[in-house]
Amino acid sequence: MKHTGAEILCKSLILEGVDVIFGYPGGAIMPVYDALLKYPKLRHILVRHEQGAAHAAEGYARVTGKPGVCLVTSGPGATNLITGLADAMMDCVPLVCISGQVSSELIGNDAFQEADVVGITSMATKHNYLIDNPSEIAKAVKEAFHLANTGKPGPVMIDFTKDAQFAKTEYIKNLEVDLPGYKPVTKGNFFQIKKAAEEINKSKRPLILAGHGVLISKASSELLSLSQKADIPVACTLHGLSSIPNAHKNYVGMLGMHGNLAPNVMTNKADVLIGLGLRFDDRVTGKLDKYARQAKIIHVDIDPAEIGKNVDVEIPIVGDVKSVLEDLMPLINYANHKDWLEEFDKYKKEEEEKVIKVETKPRTGKIKMAEIVSCISSSAKSDAIIVADVGQNQMITARYSTFLRPNSFLTSGGLGTMGFGLPAGIGAKVGRPEREVWIIAGDGGFQMTIQEMMTIVQENLNVKIAVLNNNFLGMVRQWQDLFFEKKYSQVHMQTPDFIKISEGFGIKAEKVKERKDLINAIGRARKHKGAYLLEFEVEMEANVFPIMPTGAAVDEMRLE
Amino acid sequence: MTKDSNLSTIIVWVQNNPGVLFKLSGLIRRRRFNIESLTVSHTEKPGISRFTILVRGNKKTVEKMSKQLYRIVEVVKIRESYDKEIVARELCLIKVDTSKKEDRSDIMETAKHFRVKVVQIKPKYTIFELTGNEDKIDAFYENMKKYRIMEFVRTGRTAVFK
Ligand SMILES: Cc1ncc(C[n+]2csc(CCOP(=O)(O)OP(=O)(O)O)c2C)c(N)n1
Repeated sequence: MKHTGAEILCKSLILEGVDVIFGYPGGAIMPVYDALLKYPKLRHILVRHEQGAAHAAEGYARVTGKPGVCLVTSGPGATNLITGLADAMMDCVPLVCISGQVSSELIGNDAFQEADVVGITSMATKHNYLIDNPSEIAKAVKEAFHLANTGKPGPVMIDFTKDAQFAKTEYIKNLEVDLPGYKPVTKGNFFQIKKAAEEINKSKRPLILAGHGVLISKASSELLSLSQKADIPVACTLHGLSSIPNAHKNYVGMLGMHGNLAPNVMTNKADVLIGLGLRFDDRVTGKLDKYARQAKIIHVDIDPAEIGKNVDVEIPIVGDVKSVLEDLMPLINYANHKDWLEEFDKYKKEEEEKVIKVETKPRTGKIKMAEIVSCISSSAKSDAIIVADVGQNQMITARYSTFLRPNSFLTSGGLGTMGFGLPAGIGAKVGRPEREVWIIAGDGGFQMTIQEMMTIVQENLNVKIAVLNNNFLGMVRQWQDLFFEKKYSQVHMQTPDFIKISEGFGIKAEKVKERKDLINAIGRARKHKGAYLLEFEVEMEANVFPIMPTGAAVDEMRLE
Repeated sequence: MTKDSNLSTIIVWVQNNPGVLFKLSGLIRRRRFNIESLTVSHTEKPGISRFTILVRGNKKTVEKMSKQLYRIVEVVKIRESYDKEIVARELCLIKVDTSKKEDRSDIMETAKHFRVKVVQIKPKYTIFELTGNEDKIDAFYENMKKYRIMEFVRTGRTAVFK
């Protein structure tokens, strides 16, 4: 029996185990939207802007480990997706996005709503396809899913012409993936692993740097075993957060510009750094020529291009973090690094005294972001999925949230996309409906994708939203304060009445102005059956500390 | 082969999908690799094209570049090659003003010295064709510069392994 290209697309998606699509219809994708009616297994979530579809798909992918799927129309539908693609590319999030394209005979003629999608998305996707023949769509989908979620995950774009959506052909199911140039190495080289084990066994001052790769490869328990067996402290990158429970005695905090003092400073005291699935990007390393010069660096990453890109590595291991750790463990000796671990305490105490206490337990003044975040986190018993937007709210959320289980913290790390939070939170809730989901955003970023509030209502999603309103583009204001002589330029932001707006969308909301109301308001939000928005009036000109200013080394963090 | 020790040859085999040239050149641009030349052609294998890229940079840069190129899904194989491992050639065409009698014999003398092929002689100009390594082409070009060069093109390096 013959099927239309659109039907074959739906069948192929179902074959890949897709159950949710985030999308927005339009002229050039109408045959697919028509076919969707015949495949109720494919739940379609109608977003309010295609960027929202991409971020929602990212949220879904990051909590489920399955590729997120987007469906959009040609031209503006596809171009609206670009920010999300670039975001997913940077943060290694598997997406499969399908856009309609004008009919093949019109391509290249500047037809109505034509955009060169393959051209535009080439630099923001792992791979892309232009499909103008229905007999090619099944294979493209199969390859796209394989590419998106193997090796270093990333977004794949399929641009599908309208005539090919209409045209009929046989549906062939059992296709082989034919990608001769794509063979990601998952198993680490044993010789290298042995060398790594020798270094770790010899080491007196080892430190594990856990990145996103630990979560992507589902290696949390292997990470824990390594840390426990050889008694090695673990520091996380922003995207490595929640790969190890915060409460674990070997967890020493977050790396990076606004990370914790101890792991950053101790990076420059360790004798062996064990980097697991991280990119050593500039926010983590600070000034490169002062980064860990004394340490031997072991770097495990699935992408060979990441190894040696930024830091010089003694022992490179190309492979999947989980597989490499499995091979490594039997070669690791039991060890005790009590003295070394205690050295972290000095810096931990210093940060606790000078920053953490001041931020989380103030008695006077306006509410601080940190109190809100720690109150949410502890109310949810460290078991919520926390989605942070971008800016001060993000850094504070990363610093003061606590986690019990993997994949509990989502944010836009690589691209730093304001507006990520709300739609990503939607995707996270769709992917993990049984878990409590909190979206934490600033007043600026919240307004960037605020229209997705309506998606929440239409889909009846029980997400909790905390808007931390400082009436400023806080992070930019902080930089103007610290590095531009406090000359404020375009950072003061008037905000609408978020409560009225939220109620206008149909989401219950309340404003919290005083410290004494924090716990109860958060409690009410949690108890409410359905979405709930809390707007917090926070201290307007607070800065996030510690900070590693641009050009400073990891051991040159400022505490004030 | 070329005296410039800072030049390396990278040979890349790719699946010949539409858009792969765009992706390759896009990546080179984005990562700011400094390339001297890039040639593309079909190969003995159907569906596989071959890029010869002459790149400026040390061993580390070249290694970084080939790792980045491997990220392109269509890239099947990459070989970084040292001059002693390959036979490399380039072709150039040069159109020189030979309308002035007094120049003509000098030009022809130089051409002969470089063993350049004469493709066309017209009253106003002569077209030469020269195949060789980059240094040879550079040297010929330098010699011709004192005359009026009307057009000059070169293909960029292409190479096979010894
Ligand atoms: C799309 C986008 N535009 C601009 C920026 C630059 N930027 C980074 S943080 C920030 C301020 C964010 O302000 P707000 O959302 O109010 O959060 P706050 O920092 O106050 O917590 C800006 C403008 C960005 N990261 N993303």
